[in-house]
Amino acid sequence: MSLIDVKNLSKEYRNGEVVTPVLRGLNFAIQKGEFAAIMGPSGSGKSTLMHILGFLDTLSSGQYIFDGRDVSTLSEDELAEMRSCSVGFVFQSFNLLPRTTVLDNAILPLMYTKDKRPEWSAKAKAALESVGLGHRLHHMSDQLSGGEKQRVAIARALINKPELIFADEPTGNLDSKSGLQVMKIFQDLNAQGHTVILVTHEKYTAEHAQRILRLKDGALVGDEKVRDRQLADGNGELRK
Amino acid sequence: MHYGNSMHCSWKTLAANKARSFLSMLGVIIGVMVVIIIISVGAGAQSLILNQIKSLGSNLVGVLPGQSEEKGPPVAALGVVITTLKYEDGKAIAQSGNPHIIGVASYVRGIDTVVVGDKKTDTNFLGTTASYINVEDANVETGRFFTEEEERAMGRVAALGSQVAQDLFGNDDPLGKQIKIKRTPFTIIGVMKARGVSGFQNQDNQIFVPLPAAQKLLLGINHVSFMRVKVDSGEYVDSAMDFVKQILRAEHGITNAADDDFTVRSATDGLAALTQITNALRFFLAAVASIALVVGGFGIMNIMLAAVTERTREIGLRKAVGARHSDITRQFLVETVTITLSGGIIGALFGILLSVIAATVAQNLGYKWDLVVTFSSVLFAGAVSVAIGLIFGIVPARRASRLNPIEALRYE
Repeated sequence: MSLIDVKNLSKEYRNGEVVTPVLRGLNFAIQKGEFAAIMGPSGSGKSTLMHILGFLDTLSSGQYIFDGRDVSTLSEDELAEMRSCSVGFVFQSFNLLPRTTVLDNAILPLMYTKDKRPEWSAKAKAALESVGLGHRLHHMSDQLSGGEKQRVAIARALINKPELIFADEPTGNLDSKSGLQVMKIFQDLNAQGHTVILVTHEKYTAEHAQRILRLKDGALVGDEKVRDRQLADGNGELRK
Repeated sequence: MHYGNSMHCSWKTLAANKARSFLSMLGVIIGVMVVIIIISVGAGAQSLILNQIKSLGSNLVGVLPGQSEEKGPPVAALGVVITTLKYEDGKAIAQSGNPHIIGVASYVRGIDTVVVGDKKTDTNFLGTTASYINVEDANVETGRFFTEEEERAMGRVAALGSQVAQDLFGNDDPLGKQIKIKRTPFTIIGVMKARGVSGFQNQDNQIFVPLPAAQKLLLGINHVSFMRVKVDSGEYVDSAMDFVKQILRAEHGITNAADDDFTVRSATDGLAALTQITNALRFFLAAVASIALVVGGFGIMNIMLAAVTERTREIGLRKAVGARHSDITRQFLVETVTITLSGGIIGALFGILLSVIAATVAQNLGYKWDLVVTFSSVLFAGAVSVAIGLIFGIVPARRASRLNPIEALRYE
């Protein structure tokens, strides 16, 4: 069974009488353990698609089945629980809480789970160590470099051990070296079995994935395996 | 999200914005402080008044004209003139032969500017009976008080309160001199010993004249304002009150107690009525002060609405990592209540401090002022602070919970 199964998915925005179609009848499936990139120019609907797949937005017509459950039948609170436990988000602009420590930023998703408070710190510490930030736990988020901020965001996305990680232009605000370090983390996570969906407009970034879904004007115009995959290493160097 | 976690988060947010948190608390701080001070100072002033009344003596029975409600103040106390009590009523009580009634004094009162030579003073003149000296335990400094014969004969004689004597004659001896009250000459026969302020009345700024003279020559009336009956001991006050009522009913030809045209009260009754009045006054003042609390509440609502807008991205993020509507609502509600409750606690502390200072100052000035800070008023302040947080926090909290997470995440 696929992790994600999308059938004839459409999304339109209504503004009074004006109806703007954003996604037009998409059909695709993503298996557990895949590393897929959704690629397209701005305005192609890739962010909207990610929001729908990540339970932040609802579809207008069609069907979205996640791990065997029809998402359109879920209530608001059930959707919140899916966001809490089944997916993790990494955003282009990091979205860390200002004036808050690295540790507390990573803890944030735990507040909305049934986890008991005494276990929070240990879990957050482990997640931060896995992205190489074990030495920065008590720094304020504002004091970090861009690459470090994005790694905190990845630790935050990982903390509830979700089946699926969404990365929305994760390297967009980073220099190329930090960007490669971040991509390396995603490739490692994928190697450990996480399903990763990367949203980007850059062909080069998309080529770090195993598969590229191309969107144009809200329609799926390509779905191919990456033949010449980019492989990042932890020092910010590329190896082929 | 558990309440403990919400509290913890709120503290961190508040601590991160110390100046703003303090300013937003200010309205609640001031409101709670004022309410506590008013309740406490009001209770202190009340104790002061009641202590003074008690010092008048608990074995006095007052007779006032007009009927009164069971517990309420007599209408005569509210300034309505009722003319049902007469000079003869007092005489009837005095001559009734009740062994426990040891004196009856009747009173009328007027105000005039009294002139002697180049000195003048605004003063009260008190038309009373010769029994005044006995009933009120007053003493004469020099000279004498008027006699019952002078009283009945409408004698134009006067005794001066110590302050009046000082104002009009300085160090001269006033005895035998004449003063004019309402253009009627009176001969001064005595000066009273100083008594100080008692029961709202400066006893020393009065001129004492025989009651019939005051009625006929000065005021042109034939009723008395009130009477005081002195009972030999506190334990006979109740029976003496019943006795006085029977005498007055007989005098006025009343057969049914419901038709009474007078009110008989003991000092204890007076205390109860006064306590009721001052209590009403205190709660009225406290109600006015709570307007400050409402204003503080709106201030906090305003600040929280601004905070919701400012923290739009944070709210979006929290939703993206799994916060439900109710989690966001609770977070902002707890944050608002944390602000108002902290403000309430600070305000209560300042209020208590200022009440203690007020009481200390009053006590050092020689007043019998009790420091009254009740646990219930502090509890009330705390409950009101929490209520204000909940009432004024709900609008910002709901607005926050309804933010669309996608738009909130994109918000710059």
